[in-house]
Amino acid sequence: MSVDGWMTGTKTPFEKGGRPRQWAGGFAAFAIAMTGIAAHAQPSDPRKSGTEYLSPATRALQSNDAENPAMLWVKAGEALFNEKPGADRKSCADCHTATVRPLKGIAAGYPRFSIAANRPLNLSMQINLCRQQHQKAATLQHESRELVSLETYVAHQSRGQPIAPWRDARMSQAFINGERHFKTRIGALDLSCADCHDRQAGKQLAGNVIPQAHPTAYPLYRLEWQGVGTLSRRIRNCMSGVRAEPFAHASAEMIELETYLASRAAGMTLETPGVRP
Amino acid sequence: MPLTPTAGNPARGRALVADRQKGMCLLCHTAPIAEVRQQGDLAPSLAGAGARWSAAQLRARVVDNRRINPQSIMPAYFKVEGLHRVGAPWKDKTLLGAQEIEDVVAYLATLK
Ligand code: HEC
Ligand code: HEC
Repeated sequence: MSVDGWMTGTKTPFEKGGRPRQWAGGFAAFAIAMTGIAAHAQPSDPRKSGTEYLSPATRALQSNDAENPAMLWVKAGEALFNEKPGADRKSCADCHTATVRPLKGIAAGYPRFSIAANRPLNLSMQINLCRQQHQKAATLQHESRELVSLETYVAHQSRGQPIAPWRDARMSQAFINGERHFKTRIGALDLSCADCHDRQAGKQLAGNVIPQAHPTAYPLYRLEWQGVGTLSRRIRNCMSGVRAEPFAHASAEMIELETYLASRAAGMTLETPGVRP
Repeated sequence: MPLTPTAGNPARGRALVADRQKGMCLLCHTAPIAEVRQQGDLAPSLAGAGARWSAAQLRARVVDNRRINPQSIMPAYFKVEGLHRVGAPWKDKTLLGAQEIEDVVAYLATLK
């Protein structure tokens, strides 16, 4: 079935900013999702990060930086961050220091509306935009080693920060569309994300526990991938798992879905880089 | 009414039910098929299905269970219309062929 989704049944060695300016019609749901920030403080929060469903061995791998394989991507990302790839001879580090445009917490606010691009962007797309606009460098391919490394390095700097979706009326339509994508049955198996992740979370789909699909640890190392991948890649796996045509990387639909997932997870802690089977 | 004039073959049906790519049944269900480890728990066990349901009732559930329960997550195995964004390799193809449905039904009927 899917090339590298849950249907392959692969076994792993480890398993044995501010108030919205206005609430337009239909935006109320967005407001409710936002209150998740308050909810998270309560022990009664029913939301669980995918990390909580891991086997003890995989979980230990994630929580120990010396063993977490994704830390290699963080290291590689740091090196790239200091390179000057383009005609402008500027590195990312030239623009982002500990005090000027610091990156701490930034990843926890994506996807967000970009004035420069006039559309919502995820972090991969923002990194590419910086390359084009500020470094005069070529854009990197989605899921390429370089782009994933840079994104993992940047997201790692928000580890421990609460997911804080961009509260901006310009994101409301993305949220509304994303919720629709999440609830629409697709593919030859005719299943929606909600069918599994809202209604069946915690149960076993053959050998895999179905998580709640919170984007708490991306980019992350997946044993099945033998590498680090982004949230978009994970979503594409689930889509081909139900035998649907996956949304393209960086497509409007993909960013809308990611916007909805971020809102569902508002206030949950970012754990990048995660490890998953 | 059977979908084909040829009677279903329970041994082939059992293999289809066990097959992760073809039948996919054990992603969600458990069944008395000991060699398949890690069966799902999203759905009732298929053990005893043949005692609970007639062949016609079993067929109806495999062909399109959502005609019986529209909320169900069980996919329709013999239906191509009304689907969205089906990936190119699977477009306009049913999940199982007519004879395969009969084989699966014949196997389920043995689960008494
Ligand atoms: C038939 C069930 C099913 C459907 C439908 C499904 N998923 Fe998943 N999803 C899973 C399973 C099982 C896993 C985890 C197991 C694995 O690693 O393969 C998962 C993992 C995820 C994760 C990773 C969570 C983490 O902690 O790493 C995200 C995000 C996700 N899915 C989003 C989606 C979205 C968005 C859709 C719809 C486009 C979707 N899923 C549709 C079963 C499903
Ligand atoms: C994605 C999940 C899923 C898959 C795959 C699936 N089923 Fe089901 N099935 C269910 C659920 C859930 C029910 C419970 C009733 C309902 O939802 O309507 C069910 C009910 C049934 C029933 C009625 C059980 C009873 O005794 O009440 C039969 C028979 C059945 N399925 C057979 C199959 C067969 C055979 C296959 C594979 C060819 C299959 N199912 C694949 C989810 C699934």
